[in-house]
Amino acid sequence: MADNVIEARGLSKFYGTQRAVDAIDLDIRRGEIFGLLGPNGAGKTTAILMMLGLTDISGGSVEVLGYNPVREPLEVKRRVGYLPDSVGFYDHLTARENLVYTARLLGIPRSQTGRRIMEAMESVQLADVVDKRVATYSRGMRQRLGIAEIVMKKAEVAILDEPTSGLDPHATVELLEMIRGLKRMGVAVLLSSHLLDRVQSVCDRVALFNKGRIALMGTVVELANKVLGAGHPLLVEASGTDVVAALRGIEGVQRVMPDGEGAWRVFADRDVRAAAAQRIVSSGGSLTRLADLQPSLEEVYTRYFQDVRHAA
Amino acid sequence: MPRNVRPRSAVRVGSPFTGLAPVFMKELADHLSSIRMMVLTLFVIVFGAFPVASSLQQLKSAASAVSTLGSSEVFLFLRIFTIEPEQVQIPFFAALNFIIPLMAIGLGFDSVNSEFNRRTLSRVLSQPIYRDALLLGKFLAGLTTLAVALVALWLIVLGSGLVLLGIPPTGSEVARALGFLVVAIAYGGVWLAVAMLFSVIFRSTATSALCALGLWLFFFIIWPQLGPAIAIALAPSEIRNLDQYVGVQEMGLLLMRLSPGTLFTEAVLALLSPETRSLGFVLPMQMRGAIPGAPLSFDQSLLLIWPQVTGLIASMIVVFAAAYVVFQRQEVRA
Repeated sequence: MADNVIEARGLSKFYGTQRAVDAIDLDIRRGEIFGLLGPNGAGKTTAILMMLGLTDISGGSVEVLGYNPVREPLEVKRRVGYLPDSVGFYDHLTARENLVYTARLLGIPRSQTGRRIMEAMESVQLADVVDKRVATYSRGMRQRLGIAEIVMKKAEVAILDEPTSGLDPHATVELLEMIRGLKRMGVAVLLSSHLLDRVQSVCDRVALFNKGRIALMGTVVELANKVLGAGHPLLVEASGTDVVAALRGIEGVQRVMPDGEGAWRVFADRDVRAAAAQRIVSSGGSLTRLADLQPSLEEVYTRYFQDVRHAA
Repeated sequence: MPRNVRPRSAVRVGSPFTGLAPVFMKELADHLSSIRMMVLTLFVIVFGAFPVASSLQQLKSAASAVSTLGSSEVFLFLRIFTIEPEQVQIPFFAALNFIIPLMAIGLGFDSVNSEFNRRTLSRVLSQPIYRDALLLGKFLAGLTTLAVALVALWLIVLGSGLVLLGIPPTGSEVARALGFLVVAIAYGGVWLAVAMLFSVIFRSTATSALCALGLWLFFFIIWPQLGPAIAIALAPSEIRNLDQYVGVQEMGLLLMRLSPGTLFTEAVLALLSPETRSLGFVLPMQMRGAIPGAPLSFDQSLLLIWPQVTGLIASMIVVFAAAYVVFQRQEVRA
């Protein structure tokens, strides 16, 4: 219990009769990276704003680091860093001036401000442009400046809303590395996103949001097992023999599905790679590819929302 | 769990003024270093200094006459503010009546919605401050900027008067001129609050500027015609006695005083023209025994304008409170 930095119980937000967030239960543990995933309008940002005390709570409760964001927003906001969706800075000021303003708002002693700003800017590799006006910054640099603000704040929890949206692949990779850096500093990170493959690579646990509810929660592997079914999916590319028959004969193989020209997807309840290779080669076929398919979050996501739509 | 121990209450913890000083300092620095401030200063010089220069020329000849007479009862210095120069036709205080709202609107029309549009609002509000501090800090910074500009203008007028007229102002003249400055700042505060209210209501800065300027034009151009028209429309079709007549006149006055410009003009007139005895409707018979043109003492003039000054400050607070309420209820997300 003491290890949870955020605890939400039945947290709800209604706009009129519309339920933006509908009774969610959520625990974020100290030092983990937690991903909130879901389509746009699923209620991710609203949930985040409630945790920060920036919007009223319609029902349920949430506690951040033991504080109630409704009653003690200042205590919460002092300890939690927030990077909003497409964060803005004062363009006419330099990065340093922007951070000085934040430092004043945080009440950081003047004697420490300069050092903490430089440390934070170094951690996001922006130290050389600290005295440039933010107007000259690219989108990726602004996001990194937002991370620097969280580092300077020495936040215990970082809440990042769509941190990678609108970034090019290179900037995304850099930003995700900085998010891992936050984790190394012992900061618990809650991030929301719809960029699934990227999120998968950094998140310890994820929650799938749908229509204001948490549909699924757990590690990526757990979710995959739940949605896609347990097992070891394989990708086999081979030719020169009846591959399907060869694969079907292996013990443990449940299904073999064609996946493009000369390729098959194999579902098995155990690791059958060795057996599959042996079988194909001994039957005279040539094996060109044999890959263990990692469960991808994208697949989980797509499949889950397909199922939901079918059920509806 | 600690959650169950703590009473669940809607009362928030922590001072609403946490972070007020940094917000104030930052906004003030932004205002003072902005190009907008330079434009506003230019405005002040053109609209303020021009009437003053021409009234000074006119007063120069009067000053030599006064110095030979040796009379201190003419309040020559205060005439700089109130005289209607032949070339310009606008006394200085009337020019101020016109430009102070413009300055205030210029400083306040985008104070909150620009933060929203630059997407800095949610980031700033995620720091340990309440919205109270942000709004109040912005308002106080705007008011201070306005005050700086007005004090500068006031000093320029006083200084040039001193140099060109060659007569030092008397103590009561200085007191009255200072009172004028205070009223002018309060008047600016009302319009600043109005501009900030619109900046909270409208997400688009252009809409907010348009609405604030529209209100300003309404009070300057339409209201002086509309107010009396409404009073006449509401008046009984036939006025049978003096009481009814006075009633209609006072109704017209009341309507006119809904405009902050009227309050400002009345207060300034009473302060700068010491012979002003009443700001309301006065029947000739009520003036019996009064010495026409005899000046009131400063404290009597103050007493006379007390309702006007109270009205200005009260409307500033009411409008600011409205902006505050709207801002508190607003969602910070896009």
